[in-house]
Amino acid sequence: MTTEPIKVGMADLRAAPAPLTLITTGLGSCVGVCLWDPIMKVGGLAHIMLPDSTQSRSIQNKAKYADTGVTLLIEEMVKLGAVKSRLVAKIAGGAQMFNFPGASNVMRIGERNTEAVKKCLEQEKIRILAEDTGGNFGRTIEFSTTDGQLLIKTISKGEKVV
Amino acid sequence: MKDFSELNAIQLDALKEISNIGAGNAATSLSLMLGRKIDMSVPKANIAPFNQIMNYLGGAESEVAGGYMRVDGESPMGILFLIPKDQVYFFIDLIFGQPLGTTQDLNEMHFSALKEIVNILAGSYLNALSAFTQQVYSPSVPALAIDMAGAILGDVLQQIGEFSDYALVIENVFIEQERHINGHFFLLPEPKTLELLLRTLGVL
Repeated sequence: MTTEPIKVGMADLRAAPAPLTLITTGLGSCVGVCLWDPIMKVGGLAHIMLPDSTQSRSIQNKAKYADTGVTLLIEEMVKLGAVKSRLVAKIAGGAQMFNFPGASNVMRIGERNTEAVKKCLEQEKIRILAEDTGGNFGRTIEFSTTDGQLLIKTISKGEKVV
Repeated sequence: MKDFSELNAIQLDALKEISNIGAGNAATSLSLMLGRKIDMSVPKANIAPFNQIMNYLGGAESEVAGGYMRVDGESPMGILFLIPKDQVYFFIDLIFGQPLGTTQDLNEMHFSALKEIVNILAGSYLNALSAFTQQVYSPSVPALAIDMAGAILGDVLQQIGEFSDYALVIENVFIEQERHINGHFFLLPEPKTLELLLRTLGVL
């Protein structure tokens, strides 16, 4: 790959055509959603921070939430020529970095993010091809728009491609 | 005030000033614990959208030890203390009075010791804040994670994510001269806490 990967920050999303690569670093309880159109070779990556926009007071940034983020990512990809019915998904993240004694529901945010993302993908009728979620460790993910492969890097658990 | 992005220069300076006093207290505690002289950098107060906040950390992928405490109640906020992973061993050796280089791996006892450091640092910091605001802050027990800086900070920022698209990060760096230890201390107030702080400081 000769081109620099496109960086996607926290609560941010990007869509790109092949041969570009999308990368997001340091996913903790956030969830990285990767969507891909295998025919048009258009990919998208959203770094989802929170499960539900309806629970929030301000929704200026749609990329922050699972529900609005997934919808917006699809829209951005369609603009680049992707066809929604062809999209497939790979997701990673949703860990729990800190373990508080007697942790409340609020602290299980990684799990809630993962559940919310899956629900949104189901509603959009997008099939999940691979999932690497949970645990208590951070992940950096790199998504190839050329072949839809997702490289997952961790500090304690090594690397893998899904 | 609707968002952190609306803070002006005077308000930021006021926040840096109380942070300086809080961190000064914490640095003294750290110095006593380690039996070493600990210096402190000028505090930085950064307001940034979430997608840029990682830039302040010097790499979201760098491996760090992060101690995190939450303050609930009237003034909710997060307190995070980050030390680069390779410097944690040096910390441990100092605490346990061992020859430097003894610690090569971390066990449960080391984890407890690190949590205690975070506890004492945050306590000293909050004491200074209490003196200003006449409020009592009761922090949670500390939680510890050793992993990517971005993943750790991300988890802490989620608390603020519910209210804002921006985060205010007040950062103090503790420096141990001989071995160049850099500990980063972050104060992450929720918007209503910030409002309270600014009002108490007379800049709102």
